[in-house]
Amino acid sequence: MLNSKIPAGNLDDKWVDYKGHCKLVNPANKRKMEVIVVGTGLAGASAAASLGELGYKVKAFCFQDSPRRAHSIAAQGGINAAKNYQNDGDSVFRLFYDTIKGGDYRAREANVHRLAEVSGNIIDQCVAQGVPFAREYGGLLSNRSFGGTQVQRTFYAAGQTGQQLLIGAYQALERQVALGNVTMYSRHEMLDVVKIDGKAKGIIARNLITGELEKHFGYAVLLCTGGYGNVFYLSTNAMGSNVSAAWKAHKQGAYFANPCFTQIHPTCIPVSGDHQSKLTLMSESLRNDGRIWVPKAKGDTRKPNDIPEEERDYYLERRYPAFGNLVPRDVASRAAKERCDAGYGVGTSKQAVYLDYAAAIERYGKTEVGKQGLSNVSHEEIIALGKEVVKEKYGNLFDMYAKITGENPYEVPMRIYPAVHYTMGGLWVDYELQTNVPGLYALGEANFSDHGANRLGASALMQGLADGYFVIPYTLGNNLADEIYNAPIPTTHPAFEEAEKEVAARIQKLKNINGKQSVESFHKRLGKIIWNECGMSRNEAGLKQAIADLQALKKEFWSDVRIPGEINEYNPELDKANRVADFIELGELMCVDALNRNESCGGHFREEYQTPDGEALRDDENFMYVAAWETTGEHQWQLHKEELKYEVIKPSQRNYK
Amino acid sequence: MNLKLKVWRQKNANTTGAFVKYDVNDISDEMSFLEMLDVLNEKLITTGEEPIAFDHDCREGICGMCSLYIDGKPHGPWQANTTCQLHMRAFKDGDTITIEPWRSNAFPIVKDLTVDRGAFDRIIQAGGYISVNTGNAVDGNSLPIKKDDADASFAAAMCIGCGACVAACKNSSAMLFLSAKVSHLALLPQGDPERKSRVLNMVAQMDKEGFGSCTNTGACEAACPKEISIANIARLNKEYLRAGLTAE
Repeated sequence: MLNSKIPAGNLDDKWVDYKGHCKLVNPANKRKMEVIVVGTGLAGASAAASLGELGYKVKAFCFQDSPRRAHSIAAQGGINAAKNYQNDGDSVFRLFYDTIKGGDYRAREANVHRLAEVSGNIIDQCVAQGVPFAREYGGLLSNRSFGGTQVQRTFYAAGQTGQQLLIGAYQALERQVALGNVTMYSRHEMLDVVKIDGKAKGIIARNLITGELEKHFGYAVLLCTGGYGNVFYLSTNAMGSNVSAAWKAHKQGAYFANPCFTQIHPTCIPVSGDHQSKLTLMSESLRNDGRIWVPKAKGDTRKPNDIPEEERDYYLERRYPAFGNLVPRDVASRAAKERCDAGYGVGTSKQAVYLDYAAAIERYGKTEVGKQGLSNVSHEEIIALGKEVVKEKYGNLFDMYAKITGENPYEVPMRIYPAVHYTMGGLWVDYELQTNVPGLYALGEANFSDHGANRLGASALMQGLADGYFVIPYTLGNNLADEIYNAPIPTTHPAFEEAEKEVAARIQKLKNINGKQSVESFHKRLGKIIWNECGMSRNEAGLKQAIADLQALKKEFWSDVRIPGEINEYNPELDKANRVADFIELGELMCVDALNRNESCGGHFREEYQTPDGEALRDDENFMYVAAWETTGEHQWQLHKEELKYEVIKPSQRNYK
Repeated sequence: MNLKLKVWRQKNANTTGAFVKYDVNDISDEMSFLEMLDVLNEKLITTGEEPIAFDHDCREGICGMCSLYIDGKPHGPWQANTTCQLHMRAFKDGDTITIEPWRSNAFPIVKDLTVDRGAFDRIIQAGGYISVNTGNAVDGNSLPIKKDDADASFAAAMCIGCGACVAACKNSSAMLFLSAKVSHLALLPQGDPERKSRVLNMVAQMDKEGFGSCTNTGACEAACPKEISIANIARLNKEYLRAGLTAE
């Protein structure tokens, strides 16, 4: 039975009571306790820095050349916080409510409420660190809107919010490195969790430069290793983003929760050809001002600017008048797919819709005319003024679009299409962010807990930093307080030796295959299977076929992959092979989970379960649970359910109309 | 299009390297530069050769991991651009492209086109932060900051730490990188208390890492993918002088 350890009491009081009563570790003992943090994105860097500040001896690991490269850096649009600076009716409860509703009622109330409670502290902390958030002329912080909400609660730094927040956390981390509280291991990849007497007590890491395996002891292991979107091959994730750390933990007994809950982001630059290695996101913030449309006529080949207003179908505004272009991501993505599948897509591939800034440019231009007190202004001058405003707000995104596509988005509507962006599923954790393996924790995107079946925009940054700055410092202490009586375990312990041997054997096995096909070619095939059958819409027959295909792919991978170079040197192909091998196994579990969940909710859309007008049809009676999977053997998993109890919010069909 | 490549190959830091020539064919305009290298690497792997090692991660111009000296320019021919965002439209059929790693003593070569930029992390460790522990913060709006100052600070904070400034500089100076961080923090009231020690310690660390001196030629600014202004170096010099001339 899964124990989520949700504290008793009123929802409003749970976290306050928890903090008031949790056990503490005194400063002298903290100095004796080593803690391992894997991953240095927002969750990992903030956790490592905060724990270092508290006095723990932290060892932090990242596979990149510097902790500042972690993929949190690519987050564009913003970070939510219930500050209500705009006086527009925001509150902790409303952020909590929007997140639960946005997640289609598949997230845990207590965790989400805590997230909303600490959201304001995050902004304060980041400002104190010197994160240069956007400001108004009065000197105060600026906000904008994101999807799935009707208030302005998103804080931002142009289109580079993730970068600025990560640099803030990175600097805090480097400060602890300088103070000797954190030891940083860059270009290191965790390849296994070491368990002793059922508890996580360390990791095996590979030095990616020398290929050497290293054994590291820790009283606790924190996995802050991000999501698994790269299972789709093409995604907005960085090339190196991978599931391996989480998957190794899963193989060591940690349950993997809701793996089929993946987020397809509606506004990305469409695929241009077979050579493509990754997809680029166009921030959701663009939906604040841009209007999304397709031609009303099927197969219309006219240039977008030649299609008159009355022949355009602003399908989001038409279908969802209340939220319009700001519906949640899952809804917007499905609506785009629906139009393209029905034959209204644009561009050469016909797998794209327009994101149009013409109206916004004109509107902003007129506002500027008023602001600057100009008169006798021509239409051209209004447009020029409007372009300046749009440039200030979204300039870097527009530039990025122009570089990739060779088109000028100030003149021609952008072409966009949904792409894989985020994974709501992840390692199962309790209220304390601990997995079912004692001593093993998962923070940020690596865990499953806060976003249910669909994440709202600007909430990933919030969750990563909430977990690292404000949750784990308390919950880790509560568990480590009992560990102070146990001496550190030397890495000569047989469990470490055994784990190292197994990791070495697997690497040797991979290298020995010496087949004909490249790692990349397997990854592409994996991505195609998952995208087609476990992507934006899924059905029983397709999922069953995908499972069979993935099992065959796994076999083929382990008998025909070719890894050049040596083991004991810098060998990126070998690193990638390790990761793709794990992705193939995860892909199968995603399909198993999607097949089990006979309902549609959030990002999980099963074609068999939809309302007459094509909306996701949940089945709360049978599926209001977290599906936590335990691995029990080759291609075998056991399902454990955590029932979701809604004590405060009454689940209803999500309505954005 | 068909292209000829001259690529720097070097097994590791302890060996000497050399240029190796490769032909790549059927490259489309729409490919990114790194995707072109992916195509070459796939070919090398299937023919039993070792692929070319190069650093890259986000492939959207923000993580700062990609590098490459392309035809004598850091990040290639486009202005304000990273290698991962460079597209093959920039080249034409029959071109010969020369690809080298960042060249600087402070960035030792790891393999082929991959270098070690750990020196940048150590410069940040020397003072590139505001000393505020988690939980110490006051309300974010209790400290109004002039929009112009916030914007200027942000413009400096956009640095992605890629090292193109060092690679472009004939002296391998890290002044643009360093000045971006000093400016980011010096322009904000939060950064004021540690202003002097920060600039002194960071400059000392930069010198210790073996970066060269700045002679204000501006090559760094021209190569910077984020258009970090050389005015930041002037600000750094001012901060440095001020810190040295005035008492704590």
